Amino acid sequence: MKKIWITALFLFGLSALAGAKPGTVLLNAAGATFPYPIYSKWFDVYHSAHPNVQINYQSIGSGGGIRQLQAGTVDFGASDGPMTDEQLAQSKVKILHFPTVLGAVVPTYNISGVGGDLNFTQKALAGIYLGQITKWNDPEIAKANPGVKLPGDDIVVVHRSDGSGTSYIFTDFLSKISPEWKSKVGTNTSVNWPVGLGGKGNEGVTGLVKETPDAIGYIELIYAIQNKIPYGKVQNAAGKFLKADLAGVTAAASGAVKDMPADFRVSITNSPGPASYPISSFTWLLIPAQIPDAAKKSAVTDFLKWMLTDGQNYNESLSYAKLPAPVIAKEQKAIALIQ
Amino acid sequence: MSDLRLAWRKGLNVVMLTLTGVAAFAVVAVLFLILGYLIWNGGKSLNWDFFTKLPKPVGETGGGMANAIVGSLKLLFLAAVIGLPVGLMAGVYLAEFGGKTFSFVTRYTTDLLNGVPSIVMGIFAYALVVLPVKHFSTLAGGVALAIMVVPVTVRSTEEFLRAVPASMREGSMALGASKWRTIARVVIPAASGGIITGMLLALARVAGETAPLLFTAFSNRYWSEGWSQPIASLPVMIYTYAIAPYEDWHRQAWAAGLVLLALVLLANLGCRLVLNRRGNYRSV
Amino acid sequence: MATSATAMDRAAPPESGLRAFVHRWRNGDEVAHVITLVFAAGILLITSLLVYELWINSSLSRSKFGLMFFWTRVWDPVAGDFGALPFIYGTLVTSVVALVIAVPLGLAAAIFLAELAPRTLSDAIAFLIDLLAAVPSVIYGLLGIFIVVPLMRRVIGPALKSTLGFLPVFKGPNYGVGFLTAGIVLAIMVVPFIISVSREVLLTVPREQREAALGIGATRWEATWQVVVPWARTGIMGSVFLALARALGETMAVTMVIGNDPKIVTSLFAPGYTIAAVIANEFTEATGNLYLNALIELGLVLFLMTFILNGLARLLIVATERGGGHPA
Repeated sequence: MKKIWITALFLFGLSALAGAKPGTVLLNAAGATFPYPIYSKWFDVYHSAHPNVQINYQSIGSGGGIRQLQAGTVDFGASDGPMTDEQLAQSKVKILHFPTVLGAVVPTYNISGVGGDLNFTQKALAGIYLGQITKWNDPEIAKANPGVKLPGDDIVVVHRSDGSGTSYIFTDFLSKISPEWKSKVGTNTSVNWPVGLGGKGNEGVTGLVKETPDAIGYIELIYAIQNKIPYGKVQNAAGKFLKADLAGVTAAASGAVKDMPADFRVSITNSPGPASYPISSFTWLLIPAQIPDAAKKSAVTDFLKWMLTDGQNYNESLSYAKLPAPVIAKEQKAIALIQ
Repeated sequence: MSDLRLAWRKGLNVVMLTLTGVAAFAVVAVLFLILGYLIWNGGKSLNWDFFTKLPKPVGETGGGMANAIVGSLKLLFLAAVIGLPVGLMAGVYLAEFGGKTFSFVTRYTTDLLNGVPSIVMGIFAYALVVLPVKHFSTLAGGVALAIMVVPVTVRSTEEFLRAVPASMREGSMALGASKWRTIARVVIPAASGGIITGMLLALARVAGETAPLLFTAFSNRYWSEGWSQPIASLPVMIYTYAIAPYEDWHRQAWAAGLVLLALVLLANLGCRLVLNRRGNYRSV
Repeated sequence: MATSATAMDRAAPPESGLRAFVHRWRNGDEVAHVITLVFAAGILLITSLLVYELWINSSLSRSKFGLMFFWTRVWDPVAGDFGALPFIYGTLVTSVVALVIAVPLGLAAAIFLAELAPRTLSDAIAFLIDLLAAVPSVIYGLLGIFIVVPLMRRVIGPALKSTLGFLPVFKGPNYGVGFLTAGIVLAIMVVPFIISVSREVLLTVPREQREAALGIGATRWEATWQVVVPWARTGIMGSVFLALARALGETMAVTMVIGNDPKIVTSLFAPGYTIAAVIANEFTEATGNLYLNALIELGLVLFLMTFILNGLARLLIVATERGGGHPA
């Protein structure tokens, strides 16, 4: 018995000393599920090019990313809802926002007999999520889709159960198009949803919609594509029904590019212009302005530089739009702010 | 009239007794269903990659859970090294030295600790180990699991020590051995079979725990080095993959479920068989 | 210990003061006593620390909401308004559903194993059922998502609606996830505990009781149901409390099938939320200290609920084993 304990303790002590290989930089990050597919691709590719840098990203939702960054348990965070002034004030260290990609939030659904391209008016989306439109064959939905056979079933609304930047983008859009939504529910990563089931992460919502007949949910574009589920067209500010794609998202961002604030926090939902996809958004990496560990700091700044140049080449294959060139230039200058 | 009543009573007798048999076999059938479904779905998905490769980026098929398997083993190792000695020593105290009130209080507290929901253990380990050092770590996960290992170990150690016949103790003391020598050299070895199986059962129980790891060990896409980095574990991977929409992740979740269940059931099977043979079997 | 005069009795007179203290330390027994005592005390320390941490880290929420926390239905992170009622409701409803399914099933199976089955078969089945108790929660969740939820949606839900659809608990749309599904999964998880403990308790009922009943002409069933089971009823109650305590704290399996919606609805098909599930989902992202404190306060509530139940359960089981459970 004694021998076993002694050997165990010895091994334990030995491995505690082992630690990380010298020269390996381990970065822990957490946050948004919206850009998770592109981030996991990036970190993987970056790791192959720089084997001594490991970036462990956990997609726990934007709320989680902000929280863990504030608590200091991760080296950087990610969120599609920019941090509010209060949240920034609460943080001990100054936090910098770096846009990474442009993405789209799409309404996905699971109605038997109905394929892709269902048209959703702005009123329809607001009404469904407010719990006022309860059946698929409601006139508000039917009138935008002549010729489509909509069942009289109850709509199963799905939203996020966790603190989500995708929720932020979606509720931001709803607040802009529906004064009732704005006053009753508001814009945030986590709101008091009037109706619906909660799924965890973009992954959870996609899973629920996929498995539940008559469901509707809002997810990032790539999740709909990768899982081959139908998603609808959304009516934009100019009244046109657009399906989410790279061109629509880029058009939505073009207006904001000129007036991009220095801290990069900007909303591009419901942008004017006939070609703008209405539920578009930047997504940001949240980087502390001060990183005491020199190795970590150089790993982070190197990654950011790589992300703004080579990294952008991976965006489109995963259906995220590239950052506009003026934004990239601004960010490259902003990297110098990281001390 | 009384004939009718008798017939009714006899009929009721047969019906109710049959129902109880049905209930028992229904429960057993559920067990076989669970095992069967897991073996079928998990078995299909198990391949060499699963045991040797790291997870792939989101949306790509393939990859495996090698880091999660090693991660679970590391966490169990910590739980064992930290929790088992505490449980053993406390069990020895209760069985051999305990004063009346203090023993009662300790036993009651141990039972209390045993009943604490695992998610609350997670909160505790977060407040204790993660917050002060400001990162998720294997150590934090190990501590959470270690605390859960203690109560079961204490109880089983105490029970098996008590079961050692008084004659052995007295014989040892009559030969001049002091009390502690008796305990160390005679009583514990005599009870060792039961004590070790109790420890293995405790470890098997925490091997499947997910909730306490969610915000202590967190998770890791890569190999976790040392003890102060987040680490992947089988239960957390199963959870993450099961609620995601990717078919490939579902496949891997089944495989992981099979591996986890196989480990837990084999440990339980082995331990209980040993205990049964010794005739010291006691449930719960 | 020996009381007759031995060589030991003729030892030197009892030592006093410092010398005694030092000599005691050279005596291995004292050392062993102290060391093991320290570990045992360590358990008390850990538990006190646990309660302390839960208490301290929920202070913001406790001072802001006070006792109204238990009565508020709202869970609004945006407005900073938190209430525990939806989660307490969800926790209780899922547990009650689980017990309603598991207790009759478990008791019936336990009766079969204790009274009817030949001893070897009974032992073998009890063994297998104990294995069921060892299956990790996340695996039940896995099976819940991929088997029970579709089953609920396609088979069980429609069947219930067509037969009992007039009851308010079975009204409303059927999503597959929800209170009922969570209750079913929980039932499967706690049934082994009920069977295992009830069977043991039934086996301790003295043979004379059964034989007396049979002797006056009772059928097997009557003897069991009207004599044996009441004799063991405190122990059986204990097993139910144990099962309830387990069901209340269950996290993973429930989170995966309950639908994650903090609402209080009568329909069992509706999505709900439990205390454990909301902590698991929202802990890592609770922005702001009030939010985190509210979650930890929920953890404290859960801790208290399971504490009380476990205490009662132990009392009942011990009472049966000691006094034969004769109705008080």
